[in-house]
Amino acid sequence: MQLLNERPKSLLDVSMHYCPGCGHGIVHRLVAEVMDELNIREKTIFVAPVGCAVFADTYFNCDAIQGPHGRGPAIATGIKRAKPDSIVVSYQGDGDLASIGMAETVHSAARNENITIIFINNAIYGMTGGQMAPTTLIGQKATTCIYGRDPKVNGYPIRICELLSSLEGTRYAERTTVHNVAGVVKTKNAIKKAFQNQVNGIGFSIVEVLSMCPTNWGVRADNPSEATKYINDQMVKIFPPGVYKDVK
Amino acid sequence: MPKQGKIEVNEERCKGCYLCVSVCPNKCLEKSDKFSKTGYYPASYKGSGCIACMSCAKICPDLAIKVYEL
Repeated sequence: MQLLNERPKSLLDVSMHYCPGCGHGIVHRLVAEVMDELNIREKTIFVAPVGCAVFADTYFNCDAIQGPHGRGPAIATGIKRAKPDSIVVSYQGDGDLASIGMAETVHSAARNENITIIFINNAIYGMTGGQMAPTTLIGQKATTCIYGRDPKVNGYPIRICELLSSLEGTRYAERTTVHNVAGVVKTKNAIKKAFQNQVNGIGFSIVEVLSMCPTNWGVRADNPSEATKYINDQMVKIFPPGVYKDVK
Repeated sequence: MPKQGKIEVNEERCKGCYLCVSVCPNKCLEKSDKFSKTGYYPASYKGSGCIACMSCAKICPDLAIKVYEL
C-alpha cells in the first residue's frame, strides 16, 4: 500500500482558517507543491496580502512577510532588489490587487520586476464581508450592490490578465480556474511556469486563478455544485481562462 | 484491470464542502452521518470503488484526503 499524495514540505501541518469550499486552500497546496518540486523552499520569501489570505504567512514553511493592503508587489520589488538570489512570491486577492493595489501591480509589471504574483479572483471582497470588488460581475449581488452590479453606477469588471498583458514589461500572464480537477492541474502548471520564469530570470509573471467564495456569493457551502456552476456558467464568460502573454 | 485504491479522510481537517464527493468519478465518497469534533459532517469513503485517480485529493482545499494505491 503506497501513499500517493504526501503533504508538501513547504506547507506546515496546521489547519487553515478558510471557509468550507474556498479555493484558497487548493492554491496554497499548489504553490507549496511547486516550491517542493523546484526545490526553492529555502530561498523563497512569501508576501502575504491583506484579505482572506492574511494568515498565509503562518501556513507556509518558508520565510514570509505580511504586507499592507495592496502593497504586495511593492514589498516584493524591494525584497527582490535587496536579495536578488531569493525567490519572491506575492499572493493577493482581487480586492487587494485589483483595487487598492492597482498602481503597485501595474507599475511592477511595467518595470518588469522579476517577481511572481498569484492572484486569486473570486469576484468579491471576502474577508470584509462580501462587498463589491473591481472584479464583481455585472448583475452579481454584493452587500454594497444589493440589486446586482449596475454598470451605470458601478462601472464594469476589470480584467487583470488582459490589462497587464498590454504592458511591455509583463512576461507571463495566464488565467486558470480551480472549480474542477482539470482546472486545478492547469493551475499547478501555470504556477510552476510562473516560478520557473523567476528562477530563470525571465521577469514579471502573474497567474490569475478564478476561485470559489460560497460564503459571500450566498450559495450553499455544503453543495459544491452551486459555486462551481457559478464559475463554469458566469465567471469564465467574463474572465476567459487562457494564456494571455508568454514571452520567452 | 484498473488501479485499486483506498481513501482516508482526516475528519478533523474536513470542513464538509464535499468538492471531493462531486468530482469522484466512481462516486465512492459520501457525506458522513457522524458529526466531527470541529462541527461538520465530514466526507467519508464508502469502503470500495476507489481507483486511485487522485481527483478528490487534487480538489480538497484542506488537504484532508490521503489516497493509497493498493
